[in-house]
Amino acid sequence: MMEEVLLARIQFASTTLFHFIFVPLSIGLALIIAIMQTMYLVKKDEIYLKMTKFWSVFFLINFAIGVVTGIIQEFQFGMNWSAYSRFVGDIFGAPLAVEALLAFFLESTFIGIWIFGWNKLPKKLHLACIWLVSIGTVMSAFWILAANSFMQNPTGYVLQNGRAEMNDVVALLTNEKLWVAFPHTIFGSFATGAFFVVGVSAWYLIKKRHVDFFKKSLAISLVIGMLSGLGIAFTGHSQAQYLMHAQPMKMAAAEALWEDSGDPAAWTLFAKIDVENRETTKRIDIPYMLSYLTYSEFKGKVQGMNALEQQMIDKHGEGEYLPPVKTTFWSFRIMVVTGGTLLGLGALGLLLMFRKKIVESVWFLRLLVVGIFLPFIGNSFGWIMSEMGRQPWVVNGLMKTVDGISPNVSAGQILFSLISFSTIYTILGIIMVILFVKFIQRGPDEQPEEDVSATDPFETGGAGHAIK
Amino acid sequence: MPLSDIWFILIAVLFIGFIFLEGFDFGVGMSTKFLARNDLEKRVVMNTIGPVWDANEVWLITAGGAMFAAFPHWYATAFSGFYLPFVVLLLAFIIRGVAFEFRNKVDSKAWVKTWDWAVFIGSILPPFLFGVFFTSLIRGLPIDGDMNMYAGFTDFVNVYTVIGGVTFVLLSYLHGLLFIGLKTVGDLRERANTAARKVYALTGVFLVLFMIFTHLETDALTDHGAILIPLYSLAIVLYGLLFFFLKTKREGLSFTMTGLVLIIIMASFFIALFPNVMISSLDPAFNMSIADAASGDYSLKIMTIVAFTMVPIVLAYTIWSYYVFRKRLTGDKEHLEY
Repeated sequence: MMEEVLLARIQFASTTLFHFIFVPLSIGLALIIAIMQTMYLVKKDEIYLKMTKFWSVFFLINFAIGVVTGIIQEFQFGMNWSAYSRFVGDIFGAPLAVEALLAFFLESTFIGIWIFGWNKLPKKLHLACIWLVSIGTVMSAFWILAANSFMQNPTGYVLQNGRAEMNDVVALLTNEKLWVAFPHTIFGSFATGAFFVVGVSAWYLIKKRHVDFFKKSLAISLVIGMLSGLGIAFTGHSQAQYLMHAQPMKMAAAEALWEDSGDPAAWTLFAKIDVENRETTKRIDIPYMLSYLTYSEFKGKVQGMNALEQQMIDKHGEGEYLPPVKTTFWSFRIMVVTGGTLLGLGALGLLLMFRKKIVESVWFLRLLVVGIFLPFIGNSFGWIMSEMGRQPWVVNGLMKTVDGISPNVSAGQILFSLISFSTIYTILGIIMVILFVKFIQRGPDEQPEEDVSATDPFETGGAGHAIK
Repeated sequence: MPLSDIWFILIAVLFIGFIFLEGFDFGVGMSTKFLARNDLEKRVVMNTIGPVWDANEVWLITAGGAMFAAFPHWYATAFSGFYLPFVVLLLAFIIRGVAFEFRNKVDSKAWVKTWDWAVFIGSILPPFLFGVFFTSLIRGLPIDGDMNMYAGFTDFVNVYTVIGGVTFVLLSYLHGLLFIGLKTVGDLRERANTAARKVYALTGVFLVLFMIFTHLETDALTDHGAILIPLYSLAIVLYGLLFFFLKTKREGLSFTMTGLVLIIIMASFFIALFPNVMISSLDPAFNMSIADAASGDYSLKIMTIVAFTMVPIVLAYTIWSYYVFRKRLTGDKEHLEY
């Protein structure tokens, strides 16, 4: 059984992390493109139209991969985790179904209309379509996080008929975890899109190609990137406060705290963790920081894993209750460092832009190019921390991950699907990089014109073109 | 009517919407190999479904989500039980989905050819697998007392399920050809209609075979004959009418006929299942009923409110999207997105 659990976890982790390369970029780019197209309509300057079309090439390639990798997500709960699905379907399946009804239909329908409707719809209506796509992507994030938040911090349920059944939809949707995770994820996604546009624009400015075009792109995306960076920091802070009282074990593991901390508690920048002997040595600490992070004041102590584990044993009986400490600890740090760096890049970039020095600051533009990758790293490790830190539970306090597996699926079958999906995902990843590089190099000039002229089968007269 | 029955019907409606809409997407995908003669024609064919195929696929995603939410046991048993066929199905959906977007992004014959194959395989496998899925659902599957399904190769692949799969492939192909006939002009339109006439007889044979084997292999017509026999007869009549509509080149009516036949076939599976969601071939006591599989009433109530609010809105903008793109594609190269 352990083999199946391990393989199913590897599959879930790898397919989800891969899927989440594309999701935040889609959410971010949808917003940026909607803003650019809005500016085109407001300022009536063709350059914004050109910008909209140039950046939408990346958005659409990315969106396509996001969509197809998302289908697997919905299927694999039932395929690999049937016991889990039976246990939570009542309360966890509902947000997924609502997500499909509210968000998936909206984004898929209006993205089709937007791509093919450039010259078929009045300009304002066409603009509304991309905004609806953007709203759809954000709503999609909300509902999937509503489902995930139940796994982290179950609310709105009652245990009956051997499963968690919904008994309070308001409690489900006002889950504290949801309201700290949703803004954090959304700001992270906006930052992902923004720093992609920032980085590509910086590359062009280094090459001194299409300077005007990319200066404008840089300006828009830097502002969005900076605001998102601030959003990430504030909501990250509220995530920590939430963790402290709702999932203290995850917080303790993220700090590699075995014993309770002192008061005030220091935040560890770096340390050597010895899980076997349950000790953390060679800490490099920032004093007061952990107290501030968790309580918003410079005092207060944080419980350690030893005490928390004893509480879990008292509550749930003998067993393993520690999450993978090193993974949780280091993921947290990688996430924080990438987030902090983005904020710094954003602030410095805006400063340089304000002083009209950004085009000459080649060293800084180079940093911005590298900055493209930072949000992806931060997003991934954020999720690794969140999901690994929840272990050994699949639904915190209610069901362990090992108990969620499909009893009728063999290790061989999971291995087959794991190999199939990883192979095709690797190919998709390579293709995405190749296409992105190709279209970045091609630049904004050679965008094909779209104008679908067509005849109307339902109209015989000459007065057609009802919608134009 | 209990809420769980309403959700059973809603899920049936979602699968019906899926097969009606994605049915022609699949057929159009198959036509890229069988009908289109050159690159431009292939592009025109793909562009006929360009604005809509993604949204059409969401009908399936929503059906899956609704199964998860409203019938967790049905979702869990079926999705884990159909493990390998579903892996293949997912791979097919992946390659087809990205193929439309990737195909014209690189100027290379090998590249284009690769994605042409992806479109074709990704369009012919899913209808086959759905045919297998639904026929084996009503035929019965080895489900034990713990609601776990341990199916072997012959549970999935046997005469009946293969007939079911081929019937879905052929009906989708015919449906797709008629869609192309509606959406294109000139030579392509003519050839699509000619191809539809050619595939008519074979599809008809499989439709009848499917009905005969449904009677031989399942209890559907014995248990639900009062509804199913008239429905099947109606499907035959509509399919007969299609012959005349094809002959007189009534494109809209022809497309409506294949659509209705697909709808009837999909509906017949759910009628045959009722009042169960899954049938055990091991012991009738292990059949999973709608009530057994369902979520609690509270959850169903909440979702019913959401569904009855949202479905009309979704339908409204879906219909609007078809209205926006109601014109035929002329095949002017400048004007194709894919």
